[in-house]
Amino acid sequence: MSGFVTFEGIELRYGAHTALAGLDLSISQGEIFVLLGTSGSGKTTLLKIAGGFLTPSAGRIVLDNTDITALPSWQRPVNTMFQNYALFPHMRVAENIGFGLRRQGMRGRELASRVEELLALIRLEGHGARRISELSGGQQQRVALARSLARRPKLLLLDEPLSALDRSLREETRADLLALLKFLGTTSIIVTHDQDEALAIADRIGVLREGRLEQVGRPSDLYERPATRAIAAFLGAANLIPVRLAESTADTLSLALPGGATAIMPVRPIAPAGLLHLALRPESLTLTIGTGPNTLAATVEGATYRGATRDLRLRLPDGTPLRANLSPDAPIPPEGSALRLTWNPSRAILLDR
Amino acid sequence: MTRSPFLTCWLIAGLTVLYLPIALLIGTSFNASRLTTQWSGFSLRWYVAMFHDTALMDAAFLSIRIALVSATIATLLGGIAGFALARLRRFHGRTLFAGLLAAPLVLPDLLIGLALLLLFVAAERLTGFPQNRGALTVVLAHATMCIAYVALVVESRLASTGTTLEQVAMDLGAPPFTAFLRITLPLMAPALLAGWLLAFTLSLDDVVIASFTSGPGATTLPMLVFSTLRLGATPILNALASLVLALAAGALFAAWRLGRARKY
Repeated sequence: MSGFVTFEGIELRYGAHTALAGLDLSISQGEIFVLLGTSGSGKTTLLKIAGGFLTPSAGRIVLDNTDITALPSWQRPVNTMFQNYALFPHMRVAENIGFGLRRQGMRGRELASRVEELLALIRLEGHGARRISELSGGQQQRVALARSLARRPKLLLLDEPLSALDRSLREETRADLLALLKFLGTTSIIVTHDQDEALAIADRIGVLREGRLEQVGRPSDLYERPATRAIAAFLGAANLIPVRLAESTADTLSLALPGGATAIMPVRPIAPAGLLHLALRPESLTLTIGTGPNTLAATVEGATYRGATRDLRLRLPDGTPLRANLSPDAPIPPEGSALRLTWNPSRAILLDR
Repeated sequence: MTRSPFLTCWLIAGLTVLYLPIALLIGTSFNASRLTTQWSGFSLRWYVAMFHDTALMDAAFLSIRIALVSATIATLLGGIAGFALARLRRFHGRTLFAGLLAAPLVLPDLLIGLALLLLFVAAERLTGFPQNRGALTVVLAHATMCIAYVALVVESRLASTGTTLEQVAMDLGAPPFTAFLRITLPLMAPALLAGWLLAFTLSLDDVVIASFTSGPGATTLPMLVFSTLRLGATPILNALASLVLALAAGALFAAWRLGRARKY
């Protein structure tokens, strides 16, 4: 197996409960890998195994050609930025940042200058003597980041690094974090449950569900070509319409939608016995007056004006709910009225799982 | 918010019940007259008499020495016990250990005193230690009694802080013992100090256990006060009580100031 960090067959069982079921993952140097999953999916468990706080029941972790599975956390070249920061309340900012460096034996002027360097990196120059309680939430976040970067870890683990911040601060901090990690070239694993965050910062995303990696890929891969219905619905919004394969030719598939509509799309391999769903993103639907293939009829149930878009709640003839985000310039259809929608076939996603 | 006059009345009544006796005590300690019921002018004569009463002074110093030593022993052992209960989630006999540790909190002092006396007598017969009863046996008895209180304070403090900070320290390269010294111990410090103060006060205040475990040469302050009272109250005791009250209030104030300074 190649890769800077590799997880090979990582398993963790508590009695009958399986937290992680034989997970394989390879991450290259300098990559920002985001583990995305709901709570209980095993993402924090994997982070704890990487950090050395949990021992896997089976499998091994190789970092930079060294097997670190048996190393305790204090001997691993891995550092963690903990959720809610977990700054030491009885130490000043500089002592917090310098804690890991002191454990390496760094003292005196060398320590002071390295801490000052880190403070400059997070734009908190001259704040070294402050108490933790004197800092704002955003500043605490940056101190926690600097503390975890101080020892120049070969692998940095970040557990929900932005979740404790206000929404308004989150986007700005996210850009800063990304810029800093890219500037330092730190190989990072970020755990989050926020799909927007994952799409925005990841080089690659791994979606964890029930202790398994359901799909690994670049953000655009996952968004445009989700492997399963669950991922299509989890990453962004998706209308999932049950369909039946009507006809397949050498280069097109013809699908029967509820209500007699048909969809024609470029051919792709599908599992023969699979229950098929067509996933249509709300933003890829537009109004039409046409009646050919790749159109469908729906009844309006309500509309929400969102500024950039006008979001319609609709229902197909068979009762399947549907959402469409239209241009705000589109005429407002009254509730209960019927309309027709179309989509670009290359934006439609066919799912067999 | 408007306060109802009914609640205000209750507040005043409650405070009166609590603090009127203390106020009376302090007032009486400055009364020149020997009779509590009759005010005959402001005087410090009972304070002067108290400092000249050598038996009283000896007993006071003995009590303070006993309290210092027994509080320190109890803080050491109770701190370890509290740490074990808070941090070692599972070990053999944990429930039994927690129960035994907390027993002195609910056992009557009379029973503890009697049991310890029997233990000391039996131990002396078997091993020759402790030789007779005296200050040493009172120290041992008070330390035993106070371990439970210290352990309780330390455990609740550690339980509320969780283990995340220790994990962070280990993540940053600190082996477990270093993490304990740099993180856990500083976090425990306020609880250890509070536990020590509690143990010190409990020891200084105890009369029952001390009466059982002390010997002829060692009379603590509460024991002396008790025996003096049997011969009738003397105004010297009012002065003594007022002085102790002032010291306690001063210590409380100092602790509050320390706590406030720590936060900002």
